[in-house]
Amino acid sequence: MTIGLGHYLTVAAILFTIGIFGIFLNRKNVIIILMSVELMLLAVNINLVAFSAYLQDLTGQIFALLVLTVAAGEAAIGLAILVTYFRNRGTIEVEDINMMKG
Amino acid sequence: MTFIALFFYLFASLAIASAIMVIFARNPVHSVLYLILTFVNAAGLFVLIGAEFLAMILIVVYVGAVAVLFLFVVMMLDIDIAKMREGMLAYLPIGGVIGAILLAEMVLVFSSWTLAPDAIKTVMSPIPTADGVTNTEAIGLLLYTKYIYFFQAAGMVLLVAMVGAIVLTLRHKPNVKRQVVADQVARTPATSIEIKDVKPGQGL
Repeated sequence: MTIGLGHYLTVAAILFTIGIFGIFLNRKNVIIILMSVELMLLAVNINLVAFSAYLQDLTGQIFALLVLTVAAGEAAIGLAILVTYFRNRGTIEVEDINMMKG
Repeated sequence: MTFIALFFYLFASLAIASAIMVIFARNPVHSVLYLILTFVNAAGLFVLIGAEFLAMILIVVYVGAVAVLFLFVVMMLDIDIAKMREGMLAYLPIGGVIGAILLAEMVLVFSSWTLAPDAIKTVMSPIPTADGVTNTEAIGLLLYTKYIYFFQAAGMVLLVAMVGAIVLTLRHKPNVKRQVVADQVARTPATSIEIKDVKPGQGL
């Protein structure tokens, strides 16, 4: 039994779906939503690396590196916003974030 | 070959199981720990597929930095866990339906997908096949030459993220005394010493 590209793509698809499911499920907890976003970015990275290995093209791994960078920056900024919000309001419930009525 | 398959299924099943636990765990701290487990297993998958450098970077960046940052924030914020959980079941059906549709679509795409016969000719930067060139070396040779601007842009992204995080969370407390070196240096006897003429037997 050989492990091909399809196996990796399936794992990535399942991880991505779990990430989206987590966003729907934990509508109140922003921290879990951020973690779900990280899961989805990880799924994208698995896809990039799988295609990179399958096509023997290193560009995919370079791009995965850049995605990793953006994910780290996103986590830092998101958590900083979260901390500031918690200081001002004393809660992090998503449903309370409606002052701007956007 | 079966050895690789065994490890693939081990890493994949553990990654998926811990990813499910990330979104279902009752305690956010447990969620972060399961997220770490997911990333470690994904790093294992990367090693299996031959991307050793990315696997190590994944562990260093995610487990070492991002997950610890998450842990800090989760423990720093005083969150009512039980209140966060309520209403979760209300979103279960719609989330399940959308997730199932998305998964079905992706599986359909992946199962009927084939590589175009001449796609292999469009490879931009082939992986070096010569012996002795490791994955890390190959990535370095490519990242610092062909993709140097992308590398610099990634550095700029991190710089902006760092500045943004500092600007957002730094606060100046008004009642804190701070050392001002210029003021200390500018002191003279005239400004710092006051002579009181105390008469004998009277006190101040």
